[in-house]
Amino acid sequence: MERTEIIVQLKAIVGDAYVSDAPEDLFIYSRDQGVQEPHLPDGVVMPGSASEVVSIIRFAGRENIPVVPMGGGLVLSGLTVPLKGGLVLDMKRMNRILEVNESSHYAVVEAGTSQGMLDAYLRKHHPQLKHSLPDAPPAATIAGNIAIHGSGHLSQSEGGFHSEMVTGLEVVLPTGELVKLGSCSTVPAWFSRAPLPDLAGLFLGWNGTTGVITKVGIKLFPRPKYHDVLVYMTEDIDLAPMVLGRVIGTSMAEDINYALAPKPDYLRGFQMTVVNFTANTEEELAFKRKTLRSVMKDLYETRDSGFMPVPPNMKAGFLEAPQKALSKFADVRKGGGFEYVGAIMPIERIPDACRAGMEITARHGITYSLGARIIGRGNAAMFFFAYPFNRVDMDEVERVKKALEETNETALALGGIPWKTEVQGQQAILRQMEPGTYALMKRIRAVLDPAGIMNPGNWEVA
Amino acid sequence: MQPLVFDPEICLACESVDCIMRCQYIDLDQARAKQEHDRIVRGEMSSILKDCVTCYACEEYCPSGNHPFYHIVEQQERLGVHPVPRPIEKSQVIMMAPRGRIGKKLVSPPVIDMCFFDIMKGGIRGRLFDGATTIGGSDVFCNLMFLHFARNSTIRERLPLVMDNIMRFHLEPSGVRELICYHDECYGTYTSWAPAFGIEVPFRPVHLFDYLYHRLLELKADIKPLNAKVAYQRPCSNRLCPETDHFVDDIFGLIGAQRPKRTYEYGNALCCGGVPEAAQRFDLVEEIRGKNVADMKEAGVQYCVFNCPFCFWTLAEPVAKAGIFPVMMSDLCLMALGE
Repeated sequence: MERTEIIVQLKAIVGDAYVSDAPEDLFIYSRDQGVQEPHLPDGVVMPGSASEVVSIIRFAGRENIPVVPMGGGLVLSGLTVPLKGGLVLDMKRMNRILEVNESSHYAVVEAGTSQGMLDAYLRKHHPQLKHSLPDAPPAATIAGNIAIHGSGHLSQSEGGFHSEMVTGLEVVLPTGELVKLGSCSTVPAWFSRAPLPDLAGLFLGWNGTTGVITKVGIKLFPRPKYHDVLVYMTEDIDLAPMVLGRVIGTSMAEDINYALAPKPDYLRGFQMTVVNFTANTEEELAFKRKTLRSVMKDLYETRDSGFMPVPPNMKAGFLEAPQKALSKFADVRKGGGFEYVGAIMPIERIPDACRAGMEITARHGITYSLGARIIGRGNAAMFFFAYPFNRVDMDEVERVKKALEETNETALALGGIPWKTEVQGQQAILRQMEPGTYALMKRIRAVLDPAGIMNPGNWEVA
Repeated sequence: MQPLVFDPEICLACESVDCIMRCQYIDLDQARAKQEHDRIVRGEMSSILKDCVTCYACEEYCPSGNHPFYHIVEQQERLGVHPVPRPIEKSQVIMMAPRGRIGKKLVSPPVIDMCFFDIMKGGIRGRLFDGATTIGGSDVFCNLMFLHFARNSTIRERLPLVMDNIMRFHLEPSGVRELICYHDECYGTYTSWAPAFGIEVPFRPVHLFDYLYHRLLELKADIKPLNAKVAYQRPCSNRLCPETDHFVDDIFGLIGAQRPKRTYEYGNALCCGGVPEAAQRFDLVEEIRGKNVADMKEAGVQYCVFNCPFCFWTLAEPVAKAGIFPVMMSDLCLMALGE
């Protein structure tokens, strides 16, 4: 079918205002802020409802048109770049918050609902509740984040990756059927994925290759009144597992982050473990502060490490979620380029990951921020190798690209798994994956998406 | 580099050992105090070198002006005692270093030296500071805070450059000889620490309270008495210039602030807790902050007035939680002027 006819058909589904093949729109949707090669889509469509998504997917299936679902478009590693052309399915119009259940602590949102929207809504209407916020800009969507196994400021204390906080999903399959997964499939409430067979996993971590998420049930958590932060400073990377282990062991931290960077100069060579903790009373907060300090006593008494005094202006930044400092760092080289390898790895590999990141960046002459967020009471860490760059400096872009490829390989070699990684990283993972696992992935995709229209090029061996 | 002007014979002959006996954080009987004191004088290791909270108060307590605190810091540094964990110490040394980003800037009196705290220059406003210019930042920072880190050497190394910067880039080209020190640290550096190490100061330092008092005298007709009870959080560096402490009462007298009797004021003033926190002495921090704020409450004060920005950042929140309004001295004076 000719592109003009495709556009006519799509306009008939969603209305004239929500379809475009204008060159300027295609240019924007052909790329993200990372270093991946742009690929032009044939069109962009913004559905306003699940039924419109059904119609679009059925149409695309009939015509064999690739479809790339997109949330905030902030993934950085090209996962919403249409590698094989076709349609970008921009979900941002579907941004309604459908339900907040105060008793059972969950919210149901449409797939285009952003992190900022849900956070603002909860602060206004349900101030006693919050959800786990990633350190992405607030425009990142809830659905996009769970689809890539994102994590956030409650991942340490409240159960792990955001995909583990999903209580239910509504999904349009690549063949056009609308399905519900979790309790909402059986009763009119979105409280849990158990005790049913857990089909949500067919759509979590698949980068939009198995269907289009249209609604998400997501866990909410109490928002305690009091909040404070402690920052533990070390000068020995090898102390990281011990320091983190002790903090985790108190069961008192809400969020635990570990970071090192060459800038500002007064922090070069030092590492900071940032421990956020909350409480319902001042007494509880004081008790937690005291306990968190006490588990470090023998360490700080050696004078080789210690808690950093945090002045009020600095503290305000540490208490933020999401952390604005990360967005600022993303533009430290100016020119708006930023990409990182996030690698999910065991905590004991953090020191080696730090050394590897510093070695790779030194060799490629680029700057870095390295660090880790603790996931699920220490089950894993989301280690980030973040490399900002100047987008107009093509030499720097190339060096960053090479560094990212090496970092993916290094993360795997260290026993980690690159997260939301670009195609080359996915292929590196698949090469290392048990053949039986990969074969199962292929079979599942073939069953769900016989026409192969969903985000083709992702999770495929070249 | 000049050595510290310190006469060990004066200390060895001292029987009162006021420097230890009056210390609010070290509790030793007279005999033990003398024993530990003499160890320090002889350059030996002493428990005091490790237990010292670096509150500077012994500089004030010494009846002979023999610089016991500067000597303690010298010995801590020589014997490798680190009051604050090394990563924090090293990071601070880098953070506060002169950056060489200073350029010629003409100033006109009154010239207020904001120390490192350029961030506070919003407080230099109103009739109180008519026509004032400010200087501030790392290139004019006195570095006296490194007394808390057992690093006299850092101050020694940086102070000549800092004073040269102040003169060369600001005062000399402007034909100004007088510098009003916003922070006690700077005033203490130029009037106490520098002379103690034989370093000549090329300008005339003026304490902020001295300036405020005399400016308020000029504006006396416009003052509306505050009629409020006010506590004063005396900073550690005021121990280096106790001759300026009377200005607090003088200013209070002019602005109609009452200073009710408290346990922890004047010579008994307690540390804000900021430095002991950096030294990881968290129980002590809780204890002294608790005692200090309870003492203010018991005295029935409405305001707690600060001159040190670090004390303000450290203590403002607990003070406010106790229902007491934390305020900088210059702002309290502005309030009395209706500004």
